[in-house]
Formats: sequence, C-alpha cells, structure tokens
Amino acid sequence: MESWPLPGERDVNAGPAAPGPRSRRSSVVQVDHVGKTFGDGPDGLVALKDVDLAIEAGEFISLIGPSGCGKSTLLRLIGDLTTPSSGTVTVNGKSAREARLGREYGMVFQAPVLMDWRTVQKNVELPLELMGFDKAARETRARAMLDLVELGDFGQTHPWQLSGGMQQRVAIARALAFDPKLLLMDEPFGALDEMTRERMNLELMRIWRKTGTTIIFVTHSIPEAVFLSTRVVIMSARPGRITRIVDVDLPQPRTVETRELERYFEHVTTVREALRRHEGGDGGEGGPDPSEILQIRAEGLA
Amino acid sequence: MTRTATVQLAAGPVRRSVASGPSRRAKAIALVGLLAALLLVWEGAKWLGGDPWRLHGSLLGIQIDYEHVPPLQWRIATDLALPHVWSIIGTFAEPAQRNGPILAQVLFGNALFTFGEALVGFAIGATLGLGLGIFFSQSRTAERAFVPYVVASQTVPIVAIAPLVVIFLPVGWLAVAIIAAYLTFFPVTMGALRGLRSADPRAVELMRSFASSPRQILWKLRLPAATPYLFASFRIAASASVVGAIIGELPSGIPYGLGSSILNFKQYYISGPEKLWATIIVAAMLGLVFVGLVRAAESWWSRGRYRGNGT
Repeated sequence: MESWPLPGERDVNAGPAAPGPRSRRSSVVQVDHVGKTFGDGPDGLVALKDVDLAIEAGEFISLIGPSGCGKSTLLRLIGDLTTPSSGTVTVNGKSAREARLGREYGMVFQAPVLMDWRTVQKNVELPLELMGFDKAARETRARAMLDLVELGDFGQTHPWQLSGGMQQRVAIARALAFDPKLLLMDEPFGALDEMTRERMNLELMRIWRKTGTTIIFVTHSIPEAVFLSTRVVIMSARPGRITRIVDVDLPQPRTVETRELERYFEHVTTVREALRRHEGGDGGEGGPDPSEILQIRAEGLA
Repeated sequence: MTRTATVQLAAGPVRRSVASGPSRRAKAIALVGLLAALLLVWEGAKWLGGDPWRLHGSLLGIQIDYEHVPPLQWRIATDLALPHVWSIIGTFAEPAQRNGPILAQVLFGNALFTFGEALVGFAIGATLGLGLGIFFSQSRTAERAFVPYVVASQTVPIVAIAPLVVIFLPVGWLAVAIIAAYLTFFPVTMGALRGLRSADPRAVELMRSFASSPRQILWKLRLPAATPYLFASFRIAASASVVGAIIGELPSGIPYGLGSSILNFKQYYISGPEKLWATIIVAAMLGLVFVGLVRAAESWWSRGRYRGNGT
C-alpha cells in the first residue's frame, strides 16, 4: 500500500496523530447498535434500527439496498453529517464528530458539487486551502491528485466546461487531496451513463489500490457493488437494517476481466437473492408504498 | 460524452464574447429603435397638437418659407410643456445664464458633483447592505426580527427623510451622500441575503465535512456564490444612488449638483423650459453611466469565472 504523504505538516487542530501501530489492524469504523429516527414520538420515522458494522483499514465496503433502507443515512452518520438517535459511531477510536473535525473524511456525493467560480485545480486545492497549507504545497498536491484521476491537463479549466464523468473525477481528486483516512462515497456514479460508470469503476479501483484509503460506497447497482467491494453490506427497509454481509473474494486487482469471471456472476446472484428475500414479504413489486415515499423524503430533508 | 468535451476544450475555452456578440448588437438596435419611437411620438404630438411654427430663410439660394399650423390644440404639446427636441438639443450649446458658460458645461460640472455624492452614497449603502445581508444570513431569527424594519424603512418617502438628514448633519455633500446611501442599502441587503442563501446545501455539507469554520464557509462558499446576486443588486443600487443624491440636493441648498440645476431651471421654467428637459436628460445619462460602470466592474470581476455571466 503506497501512502501519500502531504507536502507539509498536518493541521495542528487535526487532533491526535494517526493511531499507533497497535491499532493498525483494528477497525477503522465501528458502528454499535446505531438507530436513527426522523421526527419525534410515535410519528417518528425509523430510518435505521440497531445497526452494527465494523470496517477494517483498507477495506472497500459497499452499502446496497432498496430506497429508504437508510444506506445513505448510515453513510452520513459515519461522516457526522447527521447524528444517531441511539448507539455510537467510532472512527479510529474517536467519535464521528472528532473524526470530522480532525479531517479524516473525504466525501464524494452523487452530484460533483464543484464550485463554478474556481478552476478545476483550485477546486482540488479547496480543502488544502481550508487547512492552511501554503500555496506551493497546495499546487503540488492538487496537480498530483489531478494526475491521479487523469485530468492533469484540465487544471486551468472551469468545472462547467467538463463532462459529468470528468467532474466526478475532480470531486474524487478533491476528496483525496488531504489524504483522508476514510473516503465516503454516496452514489458517486449514479448520475453517469453505463459506459462512463464502468470506466469510473475501473478508475476508482486503480485509485484505491494506489492510495490504500478505506472506502465506504453507497450504490443502487448490484454489479457495481460486487465489482468494487471487498465486502457488500446488504440492507433492507422498514426499518433500515443490515440483513447480510457478503464477502467478495474476487482476485485483486480487479480489471475488465473480473466482470467475466464465474465467481463474479455467482456473487452478483448471491447479492441479488439476498436483496430479493427481504423485499418479498411486504408490498413487493407493486410500486413504492406511501410509507416508503415518506421515508425517502425524511432522508432527503436531513 | 467525455470525448466531445475534450474536443471542445481542445478548441479553446468557451468564449463568452461569442455568445454575447449578436445579443449586444440586438441591444444596440433595440436602443436606437426605442429612441426613434420616442422621437416620433414626441414630435408627432407636437405636429398634431403643438404650437404653430415657421421656417423662413434661404438655403443654397432657394427661398424657403414654410409655416406649419397644427390641426389640433393640446395643452401638453405646447412649446412650454413639451419643447421641440431640436430646441432641447440646441439649448446645450447656449449659455445657461447671460455671459456665462454654455449649458452643457454647467450641467457636466453639476453632474460630476452629483456623481461624487452618489458614488460615496453607493459605497456607504453597499457596505451597509452587504454587512446587513451577512448578518441576516447567519441567523433566521435575526432575519425574522429585523428584515421587516429594513423593508419598512423603504416605505418612508425619501423626500420626507431628506430634510431631516440635512437638518441633523452639517450642510454639504456628505449629508447628500447619506441620503443616497439610504436608498442604496436596501436592494443590496436583499440581494446579499438572497445570494448568500443561494449556496448549494450540498456544498455547505461538503465544507462541513472539511471541518470548515463558519467564516470559511462565508468567504469560500457563500460570498462567491452570492456574487451574481450582489452585482444585480449593485446595478439597482447604482441608479437608486443617483436618484437619492438628486433628491438629497433639493432641500440641502447646495449651489452645485443636478438637484440645484433642477430647482433653478424649474424656477425659470417659463423663460426656458428646454433647460429643465436638458437637465432631466443629463440626470438619466448619469444613471446610465453609473450602471454601465457597475456592469463593467462585474464583467471584469467575473471574467470566465461564472457560467454564462453578465446576463
């Protein structure tokens, strides 16, 4: 695993230094009995109920499940963009809030959320700027990151001059710019066409191998989850909970050929059946029922 | 998808001037057309219902003696109410007072003076407005508590406030600038508030994930996102500051500025109605120039930074 040392010191406010060798092998993310309810009292919507999950350093975890299963909520809880109603989230031995303030998260959303008024290079520099790195260090680092996502020649253009896939690559470069311990990705390729998406998956695998960052990845796509992950976390709705975790023992590095392996299709089938089993009981294929719609809304509001 | 974008970029960054070329020409045509229509209505009214006039003289040895007697008589189209366009234009070149400099020179000097007041008023008002906008954007409570008063402040007629300001402050251009600022801060407050709130909520979350301080979110995200809104409000504020400065000059008794010209030429309207009309034209042009300067500042500031800026 190649590390990406930053040219310059970490921010003094970044809290205690990286955990010592003792905690190297222990889990990076520890989710214990976490529940999340939107709204109060009996009318509250239970988005997550009693979720336990341990993620180890260097893993690639996908969260997959039907709409309203709380997979995005779980990601947002880990990233401290929302707080749990019950239970605890621990990241590198700290609370999620401390980890966020210690700048341990890189985030990539479904939309690239780039700043129009900044050049691509300046967009990647943004987190470094906020952390007080000097200009030379920022520029060197941002250029390295743009090279990593193969956009080295586009530093001086503006985001709105790039295609959707390229914009999402800039967002990834930005998320990785400050060498976060954890990369949280919420359906990052959901808005891309199938071909771009498959190429982005390969790109992401290459980046993951190169940086060794732990990645948590929310997706709707079964093939995508299987192709990318070391483990696929399957969730179901009402209430949102983890129903199964599938170990994906496909060989690394994952390449174009991975998608043609027998094992790959077996895993896809396993995940699909695990998803279907928990969908069958209530409502089924007859379109989303009202409670599901409400749940999606509540999630969007948070 | 990616490929087409690459090709487009290889051909050079998208140039805004390409898009704004024809629209600028269309604007010029529209302006000329509007002026021509105004001229036509103006002189048409005079032709139909104005005072009779006579053209008498010789041109290239040909005797001209033409008399026009309009078929109708309209009070609003008399030479006193609605002077001929050519006499308004002509009056610019005539002395404003006996043995004095020509009117154009007098009005230019006065416009410059008023512009100075408007500029200072604009600066005060824009700073105040931006400050208030930032304050209100930080807290919904503050917004709910104070914005109604900001709105109420604008329902009080400026002509009622102007004499008070002139009484409280020493007579001079600063008092006038304050009155101009009173009209300026409001659109800027509202524009700033709306603009600061326009930042993408997902971008706010992103900033939060970087553990940004509220100050960093303001400087790196909210203010840049508000820039197009701010400049739109600056354009409104620029023309409002000219109006404010002129109105402020009326009760102040300063012998300079377009306000004093308006008072002066209104008093001697009977002897020269076209002078007041000329002053109105100069005041309008001053407003246009100021707005044009703001526009220029905007396109300089946001050159290539914002998608399709300068709309």
